[in-house]
Parts: sequence; structure tokens; C-alpha cells
Amino acid sequence: MKAGAAVVLFVSAILIAGCNGAQSALNAEGAAAVQLKHLIIGIVVVCSVVWALVMVVLVLALLRARTPRESPSSESERRMGKLVTAAVAATVVIIAGLTIASFYATRGLGMSEDATLAIKVRGQQWWWQFIYDDVDPAKSFQTANEMHIPVGVDIRIELESSDVIHSFWVPSLAGKRDLIPGRQNVITIRAERPGVYRGQCAEFCGLQHSHMALFVIAEDMAAYQRWAAAQRASSVSSADPEATAGKALFMRKPCAACHTIRGTEASGSTGPDLTHVGSRQTIAAGLLDNTRGSLAAWIADPQTLKPGNNMPMVPLSSDELRQLSAYMESLK
Amino acid sequence: MPWEVSREFFDRAFIAVAFLVTLGAAALIGEAREGRQYRTDPTVGAALDELRLMPNGISGTPPEIYFALGKPYETTAYDLSQGKRLYSWFGCGACHGDGRGGRGPSFLDGWWLYGPEMVSIAASIRDGRPHGMPAFRDKMTIDEIWQLAGYVQTIGAYKAKITAPSRNDDKQTRPAENRAPAAILFDEGPVGPNAVQEPSH
Repeated sequence: MKAGAAVVLFVSAILIAGCNGAQSALNAEGAAAVQLKHLIIGIVVVCSVVWALVMVVLVLALLRARTPRESPSSESERRMGKLVTAAVAATVVIIAGLTIASFYATRGLGMSEDATLAIKVRGQQWWWQFIYDDVDPAKSFQTANEMHIPVGVDIRIELESSDVIHSFWVPSLAGKRDLIPGRQNVITIRAERPGVYRGQCAEFCGLQHSHMALFVIAEDMAAYQRWAAAQRASSVSSADPEATAGKALFMRKPCAACHTIRGTEASGSTGPDLTHVGSRQTIAAGLLDNTRGSLAAWIADPQTLKPGNNMPMVPLSSDELRQLSAYMESLK
Repeated sequence: MPWEVSREFFDRAFIAVAFLVTLGAAALIGEAREGRQYRTDPTVGAALDELRLMPNGISGTPPEIYFALGKPYETTAYDLSQGKRLYSWFGCGACHGDGRGGRGPSFLDGWWLYGPEMVSIAASIRDGRPHGMPAFRDKMTIDEIWQLAGYVQTIGAYKAKITAPSRNDDKQTRPAENRAPAAILFDEGPVGPNAVQEPSH
């Protein structure tokens, strides 16, 4: 009995631990997520009450003495008939109520006409491309796996995919929406409070589906605009000789064929934009924290760290690896 | 009726043995599963780099380690698939198209300017060839070069291999790589401006 209680306690501790933190639908910080959370809680409460009532009736029925009877009197039969009718009616009312509640809660989700900022999200195997388009092409920029948004405004997220179906899911801010090759889906997100909200691909998309995380960093308008201005700028040239050597190496090796670094001749488009890769918190879609060591580890052997991803190993000497990682780190 | 009982026993024993044999066979197949190594041992890589070509640059002797490893780059599905990915990653299609050639020679026509041996193909990729084939020595690791060579050989193979690379993610523009021989489907002879391309030794 004691062991059983310990197991129950352990399991519920784990389950409850999943309910807070950066990625949880119960840690709702956006209007859509709050509505969904209320819906979840409402349905769970109603269903729990119904379940408890059914169990109470069942236990009472089991405990009742089994008295042999010839046949129920017509009066008690009528009473039982009324009881069953009432139970059926209650079931219909409850299910209809839940259906209507669900319809009204999800009807307006993810649709807003007064979004002030539009961000294009392209799902790729297995990373997220975020394109901040501007009417002035010089002000457009893109980043990967880390999206900054201002708090308290509706953000229009335009979802596209370049290979297979992915699904954009930031549980604290909104529900899921699929990214489908060849068409554009739209979802509106809104963060009420500053913070880092983790999201994840929610549609199985291949070998590294589990390593396809994204971070939505919500900050106040001034901080967001500072960030956007910094992202719009071309890459900085570091004075550090190691980073300078790394830059020359980046252009000479195949890196530049797939990656763009604005302000240099590197303009490949199949891999993530690395113009400000040093300013991101993680690399490889949330796989590793962004440190110089993890950058070097990633460049040295991407296939062992994330098997199946689309970055080949490039032959580099240890000096070259050091120079390249210094250059990557300098791209703040 | 003792006969009935023992027959039932035999039936059960037969099912139990069949079950165990199937289980054992599954375990053996699982055990014999092709290993997958994402990063080649540096000493193996260094050994794979030792290609010895004939003086005219056509054909030659593959490194001994290639035989010791069991010629993986021609025969394992993983290496062939990896070769297919490398073909697109490193832009081979820019000159060789989908295998039918373009600015560079075709692989599908079965005409190999430097011979169909793996060692020739690997050397062509590693060191480049005259008339425009660049060297990929500094761009790819040696095992990637071997993987790509295995795939390229498959495109224009004279007879089908048992293993096949993965399917196309894009539209099929030509028959899949593991059909054979190439000549039946695309027997056009050397195509385009590359007919003049020849070893310059």
C-alpha cells in the first residue's frame, strides 16, 4: 500500500511538473491559449463531476442488498423509467453544452484582423525559418528557430512549408496550426507578458521531428524594436584575427553555398540565415545551447549530433574549426 | 483417450517451437542489422584516401581498406542514400543534371570517360578532371567522396544492384537508380558537348 502511494505520488509529481515552465498549455500567456485553457478546464471539471456521480450510483447499486423480488410494482417501474429519462436528458444537455462551449471558444481562435506585424514562418526539415518582411526590402530580414515579438499586440503568423507537413505549436500562446507545402495557413498569436515561450513541431515530419523546437521571445515594444534594428543590420566584422580567418574560410569552404551572411558574399538559401547567429540562444532548432564549443561540435560533425539533417560534414583541420567557430560566435 | 491428449500436446509443442524459431530468427536479423557510422574513424579515412590510379588516370587499385570494409559504398543502402543526398547538396546537378548530363557528361548513358570503377569515380570527384570537373578534396570528407562515387556509379550501372538509394523527394525525371542496365533506357552514346572530353595524360 505504501509503495502504491509512493508510485501515485511520483507519477502525479511528474505530471504536475509538466504543467508549468516554458512549454505548457496550462501556462497560458496569450488570449487564444487562455481561451483554450478555460475550455480544457471546463470540460475536465464537468466530466469529472459526471464520472464521480456515475461511480457513486454504481457503488450504491452494488451495496444495496439483493432482495429477491417477484416483479417490481408498476409504481416503482414508472419511477425507474422517469429516472432513466432524466439521466438521458441530462447527458444530452451536457454534451450539447460542451459542444457549444467548444464551438464558441475555438471559433474566434487564431483570427484577428488588426494584426500589426506579420511574420512568415517556413517549416524545413528540421528547423524553422522566420522571415520578417517589410515593404522596404532593405528592412526585411530573416532568422531561424528564434522569433522575437512585441508583447500585447496581435501577430499574424503566415505558415508555409518547403518539404513536408509540419505544425506550429507554441502551447503558451496559441493552439496548433499545420504548415502545408504549397499553401499558406494563418494563425494569430499574442503574448500578454514578456517571456521566452518554447514551441515545437507538432506533426511528425521525419527523423528529427523531436529536435525541431522554436522559441518565441516576447518583449516590450522598445526592446523588440532594438532587436529588429540589430537584426536588420548587416553582419559585423570582428577585429579578432581568428574570426577574420574564419570568415575567409567560410567563403572558401562549401558553407557559403547553403548559408547567407548578409554583408558578405555568402548568399546560399537552403540553410538557416547566419547573419546574427551569435545572438541566438540555441543552435540546430533547440538541440544545443549556443556556445562556441557547441558551434564547433556542430560544424565538426552535424550528422552524429542530429542524424539525417541536411548539413554535411566538411573536412576541417582543428585550426580551421577553431577559426570558424570564432567567426560564428562573433556574428552577434 | 490418451492418443487425443498426446496429439494436442504435439500441436502445442509445434506452435511453441515455431514461435521460438521465429523469435530467434528475428533476433538474428536484428543482430545482423547493418551498422551505421556517421563519422568515419580517422585512420580508416586516411586509408580510404589512398587511391592508386593507372598512369593515364583511368581505373586503378582501390585502397586495401575498401575490401577490408566489405566494399560498403557500393552495397549498403545507407551509403547509397547518403550519396544521393550529397549529389544534391554539393550541386552535382548543376552540371550533370539528373544524371543525364548537361554541361558535364551524362552518367545514365553508361559511357564512362574514365571507366566505371569506383576508384576512378572517387578520384574524379576528389581531384577533379580536365574540362571543368572541379576537385572536391577540400569540400567533402573522403568517406563522403566514396559515398557519392557509389551513388554516381549506381546511376549508370551496367547491372542492377541489390541495394537501392532512397526514393526521390522531388518529381521523378528519369527511371529510378536501381533499374538496370542503364543502356537499355538511355542508350544515346556520349551526349552533348562532352563527347570531346577525354583524359589528358
